[in-house]
Amino acid sequence: MAMLKTVTAGFLPLTDSMILIAAREKGFAKANGVDLILSKELSWATIRDRITVGHLDVAHMLAPMPIAMNAGLVPFSAPMVVPMALGLGGNAITLQKDIWENISDKENNNDVDALANGETLKQHVVQRLKSGQQKLRFGVVHPFSGHNLELRYWLSSCGINPEEDIEIVIVPPPLMPDALASGQIDGFCVGEPWNSVCVSKGHGRIITTKSEVWKSSPEKVLGVRAEWAEENQQTLSSLVRALHKAAKWCGDRSNRPELAAILSKAEYINISKEIILHGLEGTITPSKGNTIMLKDFMVPFDRAANFPWQSHALWFYSQMVRWGQIPHTAKNMELAKNAYRPDLFRSALKDSDAAIPSANMKVEGALRQETAVGSTGRLMLGPDGFFDGKTFDPDKVEDYIASFAKDI
Amino acid sequence: MFMTSSSLSILVIDENVSRAHLIEAALNEVGHSEVMLVHTVEGVAAKIATVDPDVIVIDLDNPNRDMLENLFQLTRTVQRPIAMFVDRSDHGSMEAAIDAGVSAYVVDGLRPDRIKPILDMAISRFNAYTKMMNELVQAKGELAARKTIDRAKGILMKAKGISEDEAYALLRKTAMNQNRKIVDVAETLVLAADMMGDD
Repeated sequence: MAMLKTVTAGFLPLTDSMILIAAREKGFAKANGVDLILSKELSWATIRDRITVGHLDVAHMLAPMPIAMNAGLVPFSAPMVVPMALGLGGNAITLQKDIWENISDKENNNDVDALANGETLKQHVVQRLKSGQQKLRFGVVHPFSGHNLELRYWLSSCGINPEEDIEIVIVPPPLMPDALASGQIDGFCVGEPWNSVCVSKGHGRIITTKSEVWKSSPEKVLGVRAEWAEENQQTLSSLVRALHKAAKWCGDRSNRPELAAILSKAEYINISKEIILHGLEGTITPSKGNTIMLKDFMVPFDRAANFPWQSHALWFYSQMVRWGQIPHTAKNMELAKNAYRPDLFRSALKDSDAAIPSANMKVEGALRQETAVGSTGRLMLGPDGFFDGKTFDPDKVEDYIASFAKDI
Repeated sequence: MFMTSSSLSILVIDENVSRAHLIEAALNEVGHSEVMLVHTVEGVAAKIATVDPDVIVIDLDNPNRDMLENLFQLTRTVQRPIAMFVDRSDHGSMEAAIDAGVSAYVVDGLRPDRIKPILDMAISRFNAYTKMMNELVQAKGELAARKTIDRAKGILMKAKGISEDEAYALLRKTAMNQNRKIVDVAETLVLAADMMGDD
């Protein structure tokens, strides 16, 4: 047997680190010639620092992070490439339970509808501003995160200005439930299992989810130091193949109890498997003791969930421009798009039975229902709608950015 | 306190109180009198705004670094932009810091030769602290091993009616025959005795 190639991967304790963890624990890495070493980190800043100096070769990363690194928006960074995505969905927006109970008029309401609950929240925000009460304070995990950008998107589509009407602060994911319980924040947008943990402790109400705001939306990616990717092309391809197999295993319903048990271990998420299972199965508990089924809450494999769509990179870019994180220039837009590398995904999986999209970009939010698309093998995409009915055409980024200037 | 115009204010954020004091003492020794320690990140934004530090040293593994970096980017909280480390091109120095578990933020525009000694000091204290902790863990392990062997000897003395020396000799012989460590053999015996409800 050929020698295994060692790859060191960083991750944060979140349910969506599952593909990396399953690749190691279920032998997909070894079967593809990779000895995958996993290193648990406690902040995105540490992931960034360690991958930059070479302690880590690859990492579980927030989808906009490689774009921010390549654009030099962070204090310290090396060039990154994204050869694959680590799934769709998986986040939720949780509000302090008492606040929600006071503003929601429906009894036993377990709705997580983005539009209706956004409207309820807006009434409350207006009320607070009028009566001179302190602004609601929301926690997100990082400025360059899907969480920050999707929370802002949802709020502003509901008529709440995230820059003026509320406050947004940064809190690390595992500390989110405690920060809410102690009153440091009133709500948050975070990945699982931290919403379910907060509800189970009786402090929070999940008021909407990432999948409700934007179905089939991108969340974490595999970030790879560009220099390492260049010098280890064979190993990177083996790793992508291993992670793709692991993703398929994670996506299989019958494996979820076992997956939850693995993720619950102390060296990974260190939270009970029952709580982790909520996010994996889409059995979301908006309030304690009440369960609803959101079948596309989190999608690790289906719907081309591992394909690094350049239209996803450009959507994040459009929102980074919208909120003043990066100036819009033709050069920055190219840099954002090219951080995502569908060519690397294709070349790694070219001899496999994987169904791979033929295009690098798609109009986001255009598929109202599951649709077969051009690909190698049979591939179904969507539904992928935004809750406000907008669509994002990656060929018209400037028009899209301009459309927001009119709102807020 | 007398302060020269060239003195730098240094904020050390470390939940580990003893390690923070080690760094403070070391920095004081080389003449930095303006060293402030913070052990919890609660209220750290206000602290940074008041102190307006030139250098911030923080444990690399502090989970709140994302929050801190965001503060630095908000000009309302900190007047001047803060860049990480001394010099982006000084890769060796950054690697040493990250190896040691030190992260540092420095006001942009400060001369590298003024910052580097501070960073080097923090790195050496972090390393010294880690070494001390490892030794402590090892010492604790040795103590636990001695206790296990003592219990195993007691079990053998009682069960076989032999002396302490004979019990130890028996443990040693078994370990040699099985190519195992004495403490491992002792542990197996203690576990078995626990299961039998015997001691």
